[in-house]
Amino acid sequence: MLLTISTTYSPATDLGYLLHKHPARMQSFALAFGQAHVFYPEACTEKCTAALLLDIDSIGLVRRPHGQFAENFALAQYVSDRPYVASSFLSVAIARVFSSALSGKCKDRPQLTETEMPLEARLSILPCRGGEKLLRRLFEPLGYTVDAEQHTLDTQFPDWGQSRYFTVTLKNTCRLSELLTHLYILMPVLDDEKHYWVGEAEIEKLSKHGKDWLTAHPEQESIVRRYLKHQRRLTREALAQLREEDVQETAETVQAQEEEQLEGGIGLNEIRLTTVTETLKQSGARRVLDLGCGEGKLLRKLLAEKQFEEIVGMDVSHHGLKIAQERLNYDRLPEKQKERLHLFQGSLGYRDKRLTGYDAAAVIEVIEHLDVSRLSAFERVLFEFACPQTVVLTTPNVEYNVKFENPHAGNFRHKDHRFEWTRDEFQSWATRITKRFGYTVVFHPIGPEDENVGPPTQMAVFTRES
Amino acid sequence: MIIRIPNPSLVLLIGPSGSGKSTFAHKHFKPTEILSSDFCRGLVSDDETDQAATNDAFEVLHFIAAKRLAAGKLTVIDATNVQVEARKPLIALAREYHYLTAAIVFNMPAKLCQERNEARPDRNFKPHVVRQQNQQLRRSLRNLKREGFRNFLYVMSTPEAVDAAHVERQPLWTNRTDEHGPFDIIGDIHGCFDELVELLKALGYVISTQPDGNTLIEPSHGRKAVFVGDFVDRGPKVTEVLRLVMQMQKTDAAICVPGNHDVKLVRALRGKNVKRTHGLAESMAQLEKESTEFKTQIAEFLDGLVSHYVLDDGKLVVAHAGMKAELQGRASGRVREFALYGETTGETDEFGLPVRLNWADEYRGPATVVYGHTPVAEPQWVNRTINIDTGCVFGGKLTALRYPEKELVSVPAHQTYYQPAKPLLSEPDKRSDLETQQTDSILDIDDVLGKRVIRTRLHHNVTIREENTIPALEVISRFAVDPKWLIYLPPTMSPTETTSNPGLLEHPTEAFTYYRKHGVSSVVWEEKHMGSRAVVIVCRDPETAKRRFDVAGDTLGICYTRTGRRFFDDTAIETELLKHIKAAMDKAGYWKIFNTDWICFDCELMPWSVKAQELLRQQYAPVGTSARVALAEAVASLKTAAERGIDVQSILEDYRQRAEAVTGYVKAYQQYCWQVQSVADLKLAPFHLLATEGTVYFDKNHLWHMETLGKLCQNSEHNLLFATAYGIVDLTDDTSQTEAIRLWEERTAQGSEGVVIKPLDFVVQGKRGLIQPAVKCRGREYLRIIYGPEYTLPQNLERLRTRGLSHKRSLALREFALGVKALERFVQREPLSHVHECVFGILALESEAVDPRL
Repeated sequence: MLLTISTTYSPATDLGYLLHKHPARMQSFALAFGQAHVFYPEACTEKCTAALLLDIDSIGLVRRPHGQFAENFALAQYVSDRPYVASSFLSVAIARVFSSALSGKCKDRPQLTETEMPLEARLSILPCRGGEKLLRRLFEPLGYTVDAEQHTLDTQFPDWGQSRYFTVTLKNTCRLSELLTHLYILMPVLDDEKHYWVGEAEIEKLSKHGKDWLTAHPEQESIVRRYLKHQRRLTREALAQLREEDVQETAETVQAQEEEQLEGGIGLNEIRLTTVTETLKQSGARRVLDLGCGEGKLLRKLLAEKQFEEIVGMDVSHHGLKIAQERLNYDRLPEKQKERLHLFQGSLGYRDKRLTGYDAAAVIEVIEHLDVSRLSAFERVLFEFACPQTVVLTTPNVEYNVKFENPHAGNFRHKDHRFEWTRDEFQSWATRITKRFGYTVVFHPIGPEDENVGPPTQMAVFTRES
Repeated sequence: MIIRIPNPSLVLLIGPSGSGKSTFAHKHFKPTEILSSDFCRGLVSDDETDQAATNDAFEVLHFIAAKRLAAGKLTVIDATNVQVEARKPLIALAREYHYLTAAIVFNMPAKLCQERNEARPDRNFKPHVVRQQNQQLRRSLRNLKREGFRNFLYVMSTPEAVDAAHVERQPLWTNRTDEHGPFDIIGDIHGCFDELVELLKALGYVISTQPDGNTLIEPSHGRKAVFVGDFVDRGPKVTEVLRLVMQMQKTDAAICVPGNHDVKLVRALRGKNVKRTHGLAESMAQLEKESTEFKTQIAEFLDGLVSHYVLDDGKLVVAHAGMKAELQGRASGRVREFALYGETTGETDEFGLPVRLNWADEYRGPATVVYGHTPVAEPQWVNRTINIDTGCVFGGKLTALRYPEKELVSVPAHQTYYQPAKPLLSEPDKRSDLETQQTDSILDIDDVLGKRVIRTRLHHNVTIREENTIPALEVISRFAVDPKWLIYLPPTMSPTETTSNPGLLEHPTEAFTYYRKHGVSSVVWEEKHMGSRAVVIVCRDPETAKRRFDVAGDTLGICYTRTGRRFFDDTAIETELLKHIKAAMDKAGYWKIFNTDWICFDCELMPWSVKAQELLRQQYAPVGTSARVALAEAVASLKTAAERGIDVQSILEDYRQRAEAVTGYVKAYQQYCWQVQSVADLKLAPFHLLATEGTVYFDKNHLWHMETLGKLCQNSEHNLLFATAYGIVDLTDDTSQTEAIRLWEERTAQGSEGVVIKPLDFVVQGKRGLIQPAVKCRGREYLRIIYGPEYTLPQNLERLRTRGLSHKRSLALREFALGVKALERFVQREPLSHVHECVFGILALESEAVDPRL
């Protein structure tokens, strides 16, 4: 990865003082992840260019001590673009190699650091998630003239499209420390990635290097969010610090905003969950199953109802269950509450004796994630073997899709949906179930019902014939 | 004294402290068979004599005892056991696990026990303790028989008697595991003598009538008949059947288990008050004219029959009404009852017949269970069990199962001798054949989740760890194709040992050395295509897919990836591909040659870009683009600096090499990509013919596979089926190896991924077990895709050489063994859960953390 910084300041070679690197020599520095070289491709009084060449050890990057590999170690990590692009690695290198220039110090020529001079930075490859638009929105408010050239993925396969890489030239008349600081913060922001753990320390870096310019930056929020790897708590804290607000206040504002959103237009999901909870309550069920509980939104509602003495959440995704456990604060629930709730991994394709003996089961927005060929196994697992008294099942009504603002032509509402049914299709499926397994069924609309295309979600409530 | 104890059984040693129990136990039993209360006290308290720890110690002892009983192990309880309260929970435990109990009592003089205790430094009992124990023992002696030690109670009253005692273990009556057959297992006869004789003839038995009117049976070729009981009632010739069966048992030509009708007859014959319904009246009438002596013989014969048998090293169980796994080979009233009547809910159905619990649906035992009792129209395998009562007396047929062949032979009934209470066709449990098959096809979460141990034929037991089943369940449930199609997944493959050849990581020499070292003299090399692994199943017609794979819809087969996902999102392309293969099969006449309606191949499907499109766009192409631009700029800058006289020469040279390496990398991946507009742009290279109906091909060598598949490819239009280049290498001949190496160098230089080297035989067992079924040897340029563009730089290569292969190789063997097992189970028509268990195992093993570059 190559970063060059040029100036036409007179004398241009003063750049050497500012960077604290002699223009006549090449210097190398050892870093944790490789080496950095500094040299000057040109150095005369009219124009001086310094180059920081970062040499990341691509093999060392993926090697772990004792030949251990992390669990999710995948192919992605060793055929990696990291050695070739401007990223958090380059930020770290700038901080190490140009530390005094970054913090605006210069022993020999202190007055130089305060001097605004014409500067030009060139990044051979800068990955921009968000494209040229974001690149400009980040640098132009800071006074830069941006010149960017985007690269195609592979010239032999033009249909693969454009890459996210740009060769970027940034021109501005400013202090060198400002240029370095902007690069230091904004390169990883554009890349939207960090090679190290992001924690509290990152907030400090942000406020140390960004306090002068970030407070007024129109993209402040997205810069902070991306810099902190989209961690909500950190982002909130950092924004508060930048705005010199009290954190307490911020938290309240956020809550208020959430409430406002809620009241402004109750989301479909919320209506769905409330309807399902009400239906389960009316069925008289005391011990209930939430099959495909996901991250536990329905479980939370069920827990709030005293009527339910035992609540089981099952999902095929172990990761999802972990999130549900966190969201429900499972570890900190009072003993009595904890006893009511059970979470375990399971699959609707397998008969499971843990599911027998319950009063009711909720199967909310689940079946459309199953391949049609595996529905028959699901039907038997639920209606023949688990056979609860009541089954509450919801699925999208595909007819309603025309009402959405951005309809994906021919697509489903979610990438993982294997099918979406019309009301007729759903009802004939459900009726078949009742005949085969001895249930009765009633259908209910969920959400605003349209005269022609019906409601966005359709619900079937099955009751076992005793 | 000879102490005979049943094996297995629960043996209680009974006697006061110091009466010699432990010494005796260690003389006659294995240390692991003895559970000592003192030892358990020590386990929980560090002090074997700590009486305060007694309750905890016994909890531990009972826990271990329960585990041993569940596993069917002989277990000896070394504790005083002198109190009835101490014995009670142990006897209850034995009941729970259907175990026989035996008691060995040490009724020694109190003085002797006292002296022995005093001689032991760790026993500081007061004299009254032993005295009390002695009294308790004496009180117990009277009741021991009633408590549950009726048949196996041994009392020794002198040290001499103890010394002279000899323990003999008797296998249980049900244990005939040393009988290996082959067997002809025959269903419910119910007095249908003529049909029985016809069936035996059909099975190859020679039957002749003796001058004295007796029938003489000569079994065919060392075979033995096994009768599942219900010889009597309802049918016309009860006497003749009994005479024949008794004769066969006497001459060891047959093994018999009793049926519920037989047991009832015994009671009637012995004058008990029995309701003469369900055909008993007819039996009694037929026996009327027989002599009292013969009737007594009949009663003795039937009464002496053992509830069920475990045969052929535990692989076969025969019982009249079936036998659950946990009751097999056990002895108790409950076991006998299950064998005779099965399990009922206590309710009766609309025909007044008891409603049966279907134990076979739940059956997951390793043994095959053959039974009768409830007439069915056609025998049907359900989870390794089969009911062969085809209702001969009701006008059905009399059926035999040949074992181990698992062939069914039957003769039709001459007439309906008895009207069934409900129509035969709706038997049993109102289920049709299709529904039976469906029960088979339901998978149970207990079949896959948690730690699992799978026994394979090639590579012992394979353990699947619980943490690996968790991701596998998600993958199978969310992304994999219908489990009914998943009859095989290919194993991972290890590369060769790392070579020391300059500039290379892999070279054929190491593969040759590996196989030579393991005693293989010829190997095959096959071109390794750079595409994506695909398993393809093709059926002759959609009906075959429905019938054999039990899948709905109109489909000819499937094409799925090595992780069980459907290969094509676009089903139209899949259908075209399958049709194409079917056409080639038709043309080659392979349906007929292999006598099959379906076929399963292991293949590579090209181009790589079909399946790896996302990977290419997200990973490979971006690296190529960014590296190309970045390195070019770096070289240009360094050059400018060098022109200024700055000393950057060494770095410049390094960056030039790196830029070149990247050019090689881009070229490498580009070769494996091309546009796919239709099925004609694909290339499918089959390299293993895995299975056809009833057969797997792991016993055929790789030349056979290559030639057979090569012929198939010749019958494919537009070369869609693509024959793989291959050659044979003689590992004892240097020129042969040199030639193979030359070819490898030539091919990989032209962009080939490399070769796979396999021993000529598909499966090779070396001195220390299974050896690698294949190793890959990848080319220098190709490996840039794997190890990164710049891996060839000397400083990188040196470090990469330290890769470790052992985990990968062990994984390869385990997955191979599981894959073979899965297919073998499928062609042997084992239930879906047994096939699925292996496939699921492979997927779970794939989540073990291993360097993915290997």
